[in-house]
Amino acid sequence: MDTKEEKIISILQDVTGLDNVGSDPDEDLFADGILDSMATVEVLVTLQDEFGIQVPVSEFDRSQWSTVNKISARVAELE
Amino acid sequence: MHNITPYSSPAYFLYLIVLLLPIMIGLYFGKRFRWYESIATLIILSITFFGDKSLQGISLIFYILLEMLVVFSYLKYRTNKNNKNSFWIFTLSVILAIVPLVFVKINPLLHNATISLFGFLGISYLTFKSVEMIMEIRDGAIKEIKVTDFLRFILFFPTISSGPIDRFPRFQKDVLNIPSRDKYMEMLKGGTNKLMLGLVYKFIIGYFFGTLLLPKVSILALSYRGETPLGLSWALLAYMYVYSMYLFFDFAGYSLFAVAISNFMGVNTPMNFKRPFQSVNIKDFWNRWHMTLSFWFRDFIYMRLMFFMMKKKLIKSRITMANIGYITLFLIMGFWHGETWYYIVYGIFHATAMITNDAWLRFKKKHRKQVPSNKFTKAFAIVLTFHVVCFSFLIFSGFLDKLWF
Repeated sequence: MDTKEEKIISILQDVTGLDNVGSDPDEDLFADGILDSMATVEVLVTLQDEFGIQVPVSEFDRSQWSTVNKISARVAELE
Repeated sequence: MHNITPYSSPAYFLYLIVLLLPIMIGLYFGKRFRWYESIATLIILSITFFGDKSLQGISLIFYILLEMLVVFSYLKYRTNKNNKNSFWIFTLSVILAIVPLVFVKINPLLHNATISLFGFLGISYLTFKSVEMIMEIRDGAIKEIKVTDFLRFILFFPTISSGPIDRFPRFQKDVLNIPSRDKYMEMLKGGTNKLMLGLVYKFIIGYFFGTLLLPKVSILALSYRGETPLGLSWALLAYMYVYSMYLFFDFAGYSLFAVAISNFMGVNTPMNFKRPFQSVNIKDFWNRWHMTLSFWFRDFIYMRLMFFMMKKKLIKSRITMANIGYITLFLIMGFWHGETWYYIVYGIFHATAMITNDAWLRFKKKHRKQVPSNKFTKAFAIVLTFHVVCFSFLIFSGFLDKLWF
């Protein structure tokens, strides 16, 4: 059983095609250009399917979803 | 007395400073005089909309009543637990909210004098705010709105004529809160700097390009009309640069005023520009140019459309999906600017630039080793992006319409 962080990192790697995403769980995914709008939506949709959570687009505040650690905290909150 | 366009004359700044003083003194002592803020808003709005002909003001009142009816009906619908979250009622609400704006925008096509009565300065920006509220009510991000909160947000006078476009939940956090003295002093300092920079941008650099230079290069470029193929000339190139500089410094200057005055009132209205002419590609540019508008389009049109298409699995290819998104977004942006060929072409041009840019980025990702990346390629990227953008502004300016037709 993967931990939540591992699952999130593997989603991010699948979407971006970058192997080193998540090596620093506090890296800012938006500032460093890793996630654009399209990739963001893809991540959101995958998170919804994987964790069975609902994330409306307008509740998606970029500052609260910008790092692996933050995503993991938000997912835990919504689960 | 005439209607005074916000931030356009020394008189407006004079009224502002006098009206703002009590608000600023209050905030300095940790108080918000809500009743006074409402009176100040009424006075400023009267100066702006009821100066000579009160037609604009009357349109504004009817517009606000309609938007209130739509937003509060939808809020009532969404907060009643017995109702399901119907897509059609949501769509109907959005359509009703944009009907006045659509009328105003298609009016030049119809030449209908009655329709033009609906228009007033800033109708677009108020409509963006109303639609944002409806979208966030649908998502459950907004669960409660008081009539006074609605009016304060929609009629927030520093940004009423041309943005920046704030968001209701963000705005509420600021106005329901009183900044500490240290924080407020910081806001005053930041606001004063922005005000000064805005004055330089709009009234010195913008004036130089827009009022002194632009008419001269315009006459020069028009003198080639019919003389050369398509009227092309070096003067036209000069017009492109001069107009682009004017557009940036005039609008960035205005935006700085709007943010500065918001700061004085203890509100951190988001910034509209972040050094757009240093963008390394067109995507980067839209994250730096008229940001509150492009983020509005990103969050409420592009991402929602992507979300919808991905969930319904309408299209398999992510690339096709992204491209459909760009075309939709920029076409809507083009139509929003106005129903003329050059605004539509401007939209299509930017969609094409975004699609091309994405394809290039994919190519670069695949051939990471072959594609050089150093400070020269970066400088080239900035210069190229700058010219793509300036050319799009030449289309946007409508000058080609004068030159060709």
